[in-house]
Amino acid sequence: MSRRMRRRYLALKVESEQPVNERDVIDAVWKAVLKLFGEYGASQANLSLMEYNPQRNFAIVRCSHTALERVRASIASITEINGKPAVVHATGVSGTLRTLRKKALM
Amino acid sequence: MIRFVDLHLRAPIKDLDQVERMIRKSSELGYRLVGLVLPPNIMRDQINQLQHICNDAKIDLVTRVNLSPKTSGELLRDLRRFRRKFEVISVTCTSKGVARQAAKDRRVDLLHFPATDPRKRFFDPAEAELASKALSSLEIEMTPLLLLTGFSRIRLLSRLRREVEIAERFKVPVTISSGATNEYLIRGPHDYAALTVLFNMSVFSALRALSENPIDIVERNREKLSPDYVAPGIRVVRRKNCV
Repeated sequence: MSRRMRRRYLALKVESEQPVNERDVIDAVWKAVLKLFGEYGASQANLSLMEYNPQRNFAIVRCSHTALERVRASIASITEINGKPAVVHATGVSGTLRTLRKKALM
Repeated sequence: MIRFVDLHLRAPIKDLDQVERMIRKSSELGYRLVGLVLPPNIMRDQINQLQHICNDAKIDLVTRVNLSPKTSGELLRDLRRFRRKFEVISVTCTSKGVARQAAKDRRVDLLHFPATDPRKRFFDPAEAELASKALSSLEIEMTPLLLLTGFSRIRLLSRLRREVEIAERFKVPVTISSGATNEYLIRGPHDYAALTVLFNMSVFSALRALSENPIDIVERNREKLSPDYVAPGIRVVRRKNCV
């Protein structure tokens, strides 16, 4: 029997000169992972966007726990979204969505 | 709780709004000390103004000057002039002579190498040996890593990997700083720690390079600049008024 895959949830705060939507955020994260670690590295990340709140510019992404540092490094390397200066800060990491939401609300 | 330090903010001193934004952003991201690059001829009241902004943001200001001398003679002259004026002195080594002199001089706190020209990164085993004896620290600036793309970034990463390995071998302290010129280039300490994975630095060493190592430099220099300091290990504890 195979073990359940361990995951990590990252809370992100997006800061940009222009409003960004859900698609822009996940595209920027994927692009950054691809640029830094290539297709092989991106395939190991199991990245997905769980939620995005455009009013608060707050997002939650999920990734494999083994790829956490690589995903975090990629997110830190984002300098623009849609050609405009932008930055994405990882404000919290957790193993469950519930704990992450609690941390993010604090 | 770890006190994180960013010793290298290249904020435009004339634009106080921008300086304030950058300092507030640093404070928000968890830094407790920031080093602002100041012009060597800065006036005391300008420093007080910056100090005021930092106090409002609940962050400690460290005054820093970046020297980029062309010769080792010029470096010695600059050190004599500015050592007692600033808390942190960084030397950008643009030639091998300057790099060697900076590494062996105890008045130099940070050794900085240009990120865009790999031929001017002179941090080799000989340089590391001199630096380890003189307590100089190797500064790794993260902004070029964010801004460079393609082959330039590949070359920089490969150089950094080699330099970090040499620094660890010779026990030269490493300091990680942002080198940011605007608030969009500042990242949190844990994000920088994640980025250092790219040049084979462990997260533990990275967090030390963002906290303990720069704090050591600042505390050592503040003690030396205090009026009670006499010599290493000797300080005035009480003064008696002799009439």
